[in-house]
Formats: sequence, structure tokens, C-alpha cells
Amino acid sequence: MAYEINEEQKMFQESIRDFAKTVVEPRAMEIDEKGEFPWDMVEALKKNGFMGLPFAEEYGGEGADLLTLCIAIEELAKVCVNTSLILGCQELGSTPIKLGASDELKKKYLPMLASGEKLCGFGLTEPEAGSDAASMKSRAVKKGDKYVLNGTKCFITNGGVGEIFSVFAMTDPEKGVRGISAFIVEKEFPGFTVGKHENKMGIRGSSTTELIFEDCEVPAENLLWEEGKGFSLAMMTLDRTRSSIGAQGLGVAAGALEYTIGYMRERVQFGRPIAALQGLQFMVADLAMQVEAARSLVYRAACAVDSEEPGFSALSAMAKCFATDTAMKVTTDCLQLMGGYGYMKEYPIERMMRDAKITQIYEGTNQIQRVVISRALLGGK
Amino acid sequence: MEFDLNEEQTMFRQMVREFADKEIAPYAEELDGTGEFPYEIQAKMADLGLYGLPIPEEYGGAGADFVTYSIAVEEIGRVSASLSISMAAHTSLGSMPIYLFGTEEQKQRWLVDLAQGRKLGAFGLTEPEAGSDAGATRTTARLAAGEWVINGTKCFITNSGTDITSHVTITAVTGEHGGGKEISNILIPAGTPGFDVAPSYRKMGWHNSDTHELSFTDCRVPEGHLLGERGGGFKAFLKILDCGRIGVAALSVGLAQGCLDESVSYAKSRIQFGQPIGRNQGISFKCADMLVEVELARLATLKAAWLADQGRPYTREAAIAKLFASEAAMRAANSAVQIHGGYGYIEDYPVCRYFRDAKILEIGEGTSEVQRIVLSRMLGL
Ligand SMILES: Cc1cc2nc3c(=O)[nH]c(=O)nc-3n(C[C@H](O)[C@H](O)[C@H](O)COP(=O)(O)OP(=O)(O)OC[C@H]3O[C@@H](n4cnc5c(N)ncnc54)[C@H](O)[C@@H]3O)c2cc1C
Ligand SMILES: Cc1cc2nc3c(=O)[nH]c(=O)nc-3n(C[C@H](O)[C@H](O)[C@H](O)COP(=O)(O)OP(=O)(O)OC[C@H]3O[C@@H](n4cnc5c(N)ncnc54)[C@H](O)[C@@H]3O)c2cc1C
Repeated sequence: MAYEINEEQKMFQESIRDFAKTVVEPRAMEIDEKGEFPWDMVEALKKNGFMGLPFAEEYGGEGADLLTLCIAIEELAKVCVNTSLILGCQELGSTPIKLGASDELKKKYLPMLASGEKLCGFGLTEPEAGSDAASMKSRAVKKGDKYVLNGTKCFITNGGVGEIFSVFAMTDPEKGVRGISAFIVEKEFPGFTVGKHENKMGIRGSSTTELIFEDCEVPAENLLWEEGKGFSLAMMTLDRTRSSIGAQGLGVAAGALEYTIGYMRERVQFGRPIAALQGLQFMVADLAMQVEAARSLVYRAACAVDSEEPGFSALSAMAKCFATDTAMKVTTDCLQLMGGYGYMKEYPIERMMRDAKITQIYEGTNQIQRVVISRALLGGK
Repeated sequence: MEFDLNEEQTMFRQMVREFADKEIAPYAEELDGTGEFPYEIQAKMADLGLYGLPIPEEYGGAGADFVTYSIAVEEIGRVSASLSISMAAHTSLGSMPIYLFGTEEQKQRWLVDLAQGRKLGAFGLTEPEAGSDAGATRTTARLAAGEWVINGTKCFITNSGTDITSHVTITAVTGEHGGGKEISNILIPAGTPGFDVAPSYRKMGWHNSDTHELSFTDCRVPEGHLLGERGGGFKAFLKILDCGRIGVAALSVGLAQGCLDESVSYAKSRIQFGQPIGRNQGISFKCADMLVEVELARLATLKAAWLADQGRPYTREAAIAKLFASEAAMRAANSAVQIHGGYGYIEDYPVCRYFRDAKILEIGEGTSEVQRIVLSRMLGL
């Protein structure tokens, strides 16, 4: 039940907060405007040892727990959701490997991901299979010592910049959900191309693309876990990574609130700072309560995952859903508090509001989180 | 009681809707990406007579009532907030002040081109230090040798820098009276020396609506450019804003209706888990709520417009309509993106644009908080 952060985590929090303020924040606006993937941020995260956070020491990582990763993502998202997503996606793309790969595969792939030498991604969604991921059409057929992969994945984060992907495909369509398998696919494998790059409302510095597989040859040993376990692996992964999306929502909410409070102290209308107006004070009080509650829930869920507490799946869903709903509410109200300036690109709040919206959608929409939570409580399917 | 539109209004709605669907909607996404002012579409709208609806025929307008005007703003707003606000601001801020407060000579000189949409008009009230507190105007106009000499800065002024902008009416301090500022309206033709238009703002949305900062440095206009009585500026702009609020309310209704239409059709056609997503109560209830809010917002807006048409006071109703409709529009846009899942986050889909366009509705022509101030004052608080 403990979710107080310890001394070590506190020190870590201070150091990454400092990094976020000094290195990341000055770049945030430009990353959004140019809509280009921020390779310099990858380098900076690498240099400071942050890329390795969610990887075990034996693979060259920092061996941090999920709570620590959530703290890192929160602090980065306070100033730049795009940069926080670099870390988030490295965790998402690699978790199937950590959970489902043989020791050999782990030794082969995890070190290059832990060092940040290569970026990774998670290829589950398809045009006709979003929330209903199990209805995927991608096929993998075993031929000798290879699987031949055909199909299209869409909306894949890091699609245009990643080199290692955890990809899900049907090996036995007759078995439905139990016919799905997971593979590690390298960008260089023949038959793999990157398709359409999406032009998005927000997280414009993140690369979101289609992944297209045309008779793509995947070595049979790159199968994760065993045939038919792909969907379980995807769900086990999401159960473990959802709090980190919650942390992203928490971060953008907290960052927007902090910025707006500073603005309200400075902005004078009717002869006094707008911070002196009760209508606005109460708005801020409401937002602050929600941010605090979101933080408690995200940290709590992360700790539950770290200790494999029974029921952590529903808790993760709650954390993701609550913190990202909070992100939307807080950024929207902060824009309101900034008046016309909030709507202008010279100020960070409109970007934060655009970035916040995606957190309610990806890694399971907030409707799907509610499905997960209510099913845990009410049963049924 | 009579809730139906009359036959003329009904036919007019149908005509504007068809125009919007045929001449605007197919180009709206692409236009948004360019960030340019859409002169061609503007000209077509002018041909339809949409730029001078409430202006009497003797000044080149259509002599229509405010209900008809609201219908036009709503129907254009259903497909493009940018074009709708440009038309609404032109009418209520650009033209109405001249119609309401101008001399016969001023009306003859300026109104005809405006009402026929050959020229666009703007109104400059807001300043860097005078937003909600519009009375804090610092711009000064000093009478010297039969000319007004104007100095100051206006910000966020819609329609102020297009190729066809004829003028901007500004509020300026023209003297002092018993310790208070004497505020007057002065009409400044585009291109007057000393009147500088800064490059367009970069905004979250309303990408095809023209917004600039304006600066005046010893800018001189003839004494006869005073609009209305000297010292009557404060009262005048309160009246102008009442009318403007009907416009923003109508635009909000249109945007919310657009969100509802898109959401319902998507909810019917998008299949997940073997059925249209609209079969899930989590989605259908959201649509039902949206419908309720659109309907209420429209009723409130038309009531305010109807009161204006009866020549009765409508400050209260305009504030209610603007407050409720704009907040409903933001909620609708948020729901619409959510209902579209990942696709709602992609710029190819109209709801993505609606989301970015919605937030400013709660800010322009008096923020939501300012509407609450108006209403609480009317309650005697
Ligand atoms: C920028 C971005 C990055 C992404 N990154 C990745 C990635 O790296 N890897 C990856 O695999 N995917 C990724 N995605 C995909 C994302 O996870 C999906 O968009 C998401 O799961 C929703 O799927 P969908 O878009 O098909 O929406 P749909 O599933 O079609 O949902 C449409 C609407 O229906 C609702 N809905 C669906 N089913 C139900 C139900 N049973 N009950 C109630 N409501 C329901 C949804 O909540 C939503 O509101 C990304 C998406 C975006 C936009
Ligand atoms: C795209 C766009 C187009 C515009 N077009 C025009 C135009 O054509 N002409 C024009 O003159 N102006 C225009 N405006 C300006 C717009 O009307 C102002 O932005 C608006 O009135 C708010 O002023 P502000 O931005 O200075 O915010 P502020 O007044 O600084 O408000 C900041 C926050 O404080 C709140 N607040 C302020 N005072 C109080 C109070 N007493 N009690 C409670 N809360 C309070 C506000 O509600 C807001 O939440 C436009 C703005 C934009 C963004």
C-alpha cells in the first residue's frame, strides 16, 4: 500500500526535474512547431542515463522500478510531452521483450534499447482493429525457420524512427484471440516498410506511422513466449505500462497548472492580479485537487505493479483514466485562465491542451479503461 | 409561443447549409493547413449576401432579422469556424458600429462595400493591458488641427489585416471627465500612415481567420472619423458586444452541431467488437448529451436573437446564450474527438479541427467569466 516516495526517489525526482527545466523545456515549443522527432532529446536522455531507466542492470540499464519511471515521465511531461514519450515508448516497445523473450533474445535486444542506441515501438493497432485489437488481420505463417508476416499496423509511435518493434499477428486465425502471436521485428528485415506519417493535433514531435509488412521475413527464434500467447502478452504489457501514460497525463496537467499559476500572479486586470479573483481561485483549487489525486493514484498504481499486487490491472486502468481525464480538464481550464494569450502559440498552454488529448486515447481509450475497471468489479465481458 | 422558423428563414437555412456543404466543407481541412485567408470562398459567401444580413437594404445589406443572421452564422460554423467568425466579426464588430452609431454620411461611405462583402471590417477594443478590463484602454486619440492623432496598441483583432479590410474601429481615450477616462470610437481606414499591422498571430485554431496586433504611432485621421458621440465609446462597445455575443453563440451552436453530426455518423459506421461503436452506451450516451446541449444552446441563441428582433433588451439572454453555447461547443468537440478514437487526433478528420477551433469560443467577445459577471450583476450581486 505504501506509495510515498523514498529518499532515493526524491533525489532522482530533483535531478530529472532540473534536467527537464534546463535541457528540455527550452526546446519544447520548437519541437511542436517543427513537428520533427527530437533526436537531440534522445541524445540528452542517453547522456544523462535516463534512457536506461526501465531496463535491468544486467542489460546495461538502471534497473529502476515503475514508480521511478513514472516520476521521470511526469517531470518530463510537465514541460514537453514529446520528450516524455521517448521514454514512455521505449518502455512500451520493450516490455513484451522483457516479459516474453528467451534469455538469448533479451541479451540480443535489451542492451541496445537500454543504452538508447536504438529506439523501439509497439505494433498492435490496425485500421480495423483499434480498441478491438484481437480482431487484427495481420498474418504470420511459419515457413521453415522463418515466419512470413503480412499486414498493416497503424498509428505506431516511433514508426519512423524506431528500429526494433514488438509486433502482433495472427498465427492461427481459427483460434481467434488465442491464435495471436508476438514477434520482434527489426526495421532491416526484408518486406518491412514504414507507411503513412500522420499529421496530428498534438505530440507533433512524435513519429506516428503505419508499419507495412509484405512477406516480411522474421526469424522463427524472434517469436516471443510461444505461439498463441501474443494477445496475453499485449495485455500483460498494457497492464504494466498504463500507469506511465497516467504519469504523462499527470505531468502535463501539473506543468500547465504551474505555468498558469505564475501567469495569474502577473496578469493584472481591473487593477489587480487576476489571481485575486475568487472565481479563478476556486478554479485553481479544483484543478490542484485533481492533480494531487491523480498523482496519488498514479504512484499507487505504479507501486502495485512493482510489487505485483493482485488487482494491479484495474488499478493501472484507474490511474491511466483518471490522470489523463485530469490532464484534459486541467489544460482546458488553464487555457481559459490565460484568456486570449492561452490560444496563442507563443505560450505553452495551447500545446499542452493538444498534447493532453492523446493521453485519453492511446494505450486503450478511456472508455476501454472503464471497461477494464467495471469488468473487474462487475464481472462479465 | 411560436418555435418554428418562418418559411423564409427555413428556406434560407437550407440554402446556407447546402452552400456550406458544397463550397466550404470539402476544402476546410486543406485550408486549415494553409493558415491563409480564404478569399475565394469569402467572395462566394459575399455573392450569397451573407456579409450584410442585418444591414438594411438602403446600405447594401439584406435587411434580414437577427434570427436569420444567427442561422447563417450557425450553418457556416457547422463546417468552418474560421469562415463563420470572420463573417460574424465583420458583421457585428466591423459593420454594426457604423450602422448603429454612424452619421448618415459615414453609413453611405462605409457600409455599402461592407454589407456587400467587397470589404471587411474590424473592431479594435482589446489591448495588451486591457482584455476583460476593456475600460482600461490606453490608446489615446488627441485632437490637433482638425485631426485625431492616435497612439497605442491593439491586440488580437479579427479581420484587421486582410487585403480587403476597409477599416478598423478602435476605442481610444480622447480625454478625461471628472477623473474618469473619456473613451470614444474612431474609425481608422486601412493603410492610414502610422497604422501598422503586425504579421498574423499563430493560433491553436481559427487558422483561416485573420488576427493581428495593430499599432498606431502618430496615426492621423480626420476629425469626422469619430464614430458616435465623443465620450460615448464605453456604452457603445457594450452594445456592440451584446450583438457580437449572439454571433459567437450561433457559431458555437454550429460547431457543436458539426461535432454531433460527425460523431453520430462515425458511431454508426465504425465497427469494433463486431458491432458499431454507437451500440455501446458509453458512446451513445455521450451523443445523447451532445444532442441535449446543442438543442438548448440553439434555443438560447435564437431567443436572444428574437428579442433583438423585437427591439427588446437582450443583454441577459445574449450572455446566457454565449456562455452556455460556447462551453457546450468545447464539451462537444472534446467528446467528438474521443468518439473518433485515434482517428480524431489526426488532422484529416474535421473533429480534430473542431477541437482546436472550439476553445476560443469561451474566450472571445467576453470570456465565460465575464458572462458570469454580467449575469451575476443582473441578479443584483
Ligand atoms: C498518436 C497516436 C499514437 C499511437 N501509438 C500507438 C502505438 O505505439 N502502438 C499501437 O499499437 N497503437 C498506437 N495507437 C493506437 C491507439 O492505441 C488506438 O487509437 C486506440 O486504441 C483506439 O483505437 P481506434 O483509434 O481504432 O478507436 P476505436 O477502437 O475505433 O474507438 C472509437 C471509439 O469507440 C470507443 N469504443 C470502442 N470500443 C468500445 C466499447 N466496447 N465500449 C465503449 N466504447 C468503445 C472508443 O473508446 C472510442 O471512443 C496510437 C494512436 C495515436 C493516435
Ligand atoms: C482569436 C482571437 C480573436 C479576437 N478578436 C478580437 C477582435 O476582433 N476585437 C477585439 O477587440 N478583441 C478580440 N479578441 C480579444 C478577446 O476579446 C480577449 O482575448 C478577451 O476579451 C479576453 O481578454 P484577455 O485575453 O486579455 O484575457 P484576460 O482579461 O487577461 O483574462 C484572463 C483570465 O482572467 C479572467 N478574468 C479577467 N477578469 C476577471 C474578473 N473580473 N473576474 C473573473 N475572471 C476574470 C478571464 O475570464 C480569463 O480567464 C480576440 C481574441 C482572440 C484570441
